[in-house]
Amino acid sequence: MVIRLLALLAAFVALALPLRAEEVLAGLSQNRVALTASFDGSEILVFGAIRREAPIDEDHGALNVIVTIEGPSAPVTVWRKARRAGIWVNTDHVRIRLAPSFYAVATSAPFDEAILPEADERYRVSVPRAIRALGAALEETPIFTEALIRIRERSGLYQLLEGAVEIERDTLFRTTITLPSNLTEGRYVTRILLTRGGEVIDRYETGIDVRKAGLERMLYQMAHRQPVLYGILAVLLATMLGWGASVAFRRF
Amino acid sequence: MQIYLPIAELSVNAFLILGLGGVVGMLSGMFGVGGGFLITPLLFFIGIPPAVAVATGVNQVVASSVSGVLAHLKRKTVDLRMGMVLLAGGLVGSVIGVWAFNRLSAMGQIDLVVELSYVLFLGVIGALMLRESLAAMRRARQPNAPRRRLHQHLWVHKLPLKMKFRASGLYISVIPPVLVGLAVGVMAAIMGVGGGFLMVPAMIYLLGMPTKVVVGTSLFQIIFVAAFTTVMHATANQSVDLILAFYLMLGGVIGAQLGTRLGLRLKAEQLRILLSFLVLAVAAKIGYDLLATPAELFDVRVEGRW
Repeated sequence: MVIRLLALLAAFVALALPLRAEEVLAGLSQNRVALTASFDGSEILVFGAIRREAPIDEDHGALNVIVTIEGPSAPVTVWRKARRAGIWVNTDHVRIRLAPSFYAVATSAPFDEAILPEADERYRVSVPRAIRALGAALEETPIFTEALIRIRERSGLYQLLEGAVEIERDTLFRTTITLPSNLTEGRYVTRILLTRGGEVIDRYETGIDVRKAGLERMLYQMAHRQPVLYGILAVLLATMLGWGASVAFRRF
Repeated sequence: MQIYLPIAELSVNAFLILGLGGVVGMLSGMFGVGGGFLITPLLFFIGIPPAVAVATGVNQVVASSVSGVLAHLKRKTVDLRMGMVLLAGGLVGSVIGVWAFNRLSAMGQIDLVVELSYVLFLGVIGALMLRESLAAMRRARQPNAPRRRLHQHLWVHKLPLKMKFRASGLYISVIPPVLVGLAVGVMAAIMGVGGGFLMVPAMIYLLGMPTKVVVGTSLFQIIFVAAFTTVMHATANQSVDLILAFYLMLGGVIGAQLGTRLGLRLKAEQLRILLSFLVLAVAAKIGYDLLATPAELFDVRVEGRW
């Protein structure tokens, strides 16, 4: 089905009327992720084509594709531990105004070749650029933001996938990005940037909706909207299981 | 089989949770303990956020206490009046505990306090259990060793507000049982335990209650305090994970029933020594994690999440 879509896109590219020198078109294998009981992470296939009306432009440097997926942002506190009276305790912290709950960047070349630093700053492409620290930053803030990136990279929430985008015949491209199981609900903004010589020449934006589904969604909503009822339900469940087990086992 | 936990917002192996509940349930069936003091730290070890582990652990305590109290009610080994007095203290303690939990959580210190309480309580309880069971084994070998006195007049019998507790055969002030209940309520809210390991010795040695009504009465009080604490955590923090609780309790109640039967056939003293080693091992592991230089000095907290 993906191959058919790619072929369709390629045909579209060939027939299309010229607008810009080079344009990017893309699709996703799914634009909805349901967090259900059996959710154990998900793989998103991002694919697309580059359409152009003129012969391939070789004079302005190499063509590259960058794909980013960004989860909903939230304020974050990063704590640092220090030894106090022999034990390790949280001693100081830095609040980061907004940090995406998930952020993946896939490129078709080493990152520095795929995009110039100025373009990175403008489009907030690299992982550190995607995090917005407080305006009046402390001297030590970078240590804390680095720690945030390190911790989230380890759990698969932040990913830098250099060379993970495959480009075929300068026209078709594809990449797979793995979403881990510990996702936050919300809209995951997906950007595809087309660069030539490190300058962004076109971009395309779409989104993936990540939602809890089924029983999980029901329980989560109830926990937040009717917490007292939810608590009573938890107690009832416990009472029933405790009572049920002793009744069921009495026969043996 | 992986299951997604909607409140903890991560996925875990269902069999790991069932097994964890089952093993702890079996131990609680064998020894008549609630098992909260093992479930909650074991949940920390597998990566459940402490707030969720504590709130869900206390929910699990409801199931195991209900399962246990039924047999005691039938045998009439529950002092309902004493249970009510303990409960009055327990409910107040639970409110204080949940409030303290939230304050500490906002200060970024809740993990530390929970872990320190576990090291302290598990360490002391484990050591006492080990000493007690070693002494019991020694007594078993020397049958004519001196026996303990059954009833002593303690300072608590001199306090005002006296009340008659017929089932326990006591006429004592209500102040000590209310305070015992209060302490247990605070522990339930902060540590996610029933607190039986604190209450049972307090009832015997401090209140002077006869041993036959102690376990039933403590279970009776624990049910209501744990139920109330579950509702409090659900309301204040939305941290009770029903899916996690379901698998834990399912494993737990089955394990407890098996444990009760198994416990009748096995030698209690040796088992008690094993349990005390297990309790000490959990305390040592938490203690070691506090003392050893952590691999990661930083910790990330998302506001409004765990």
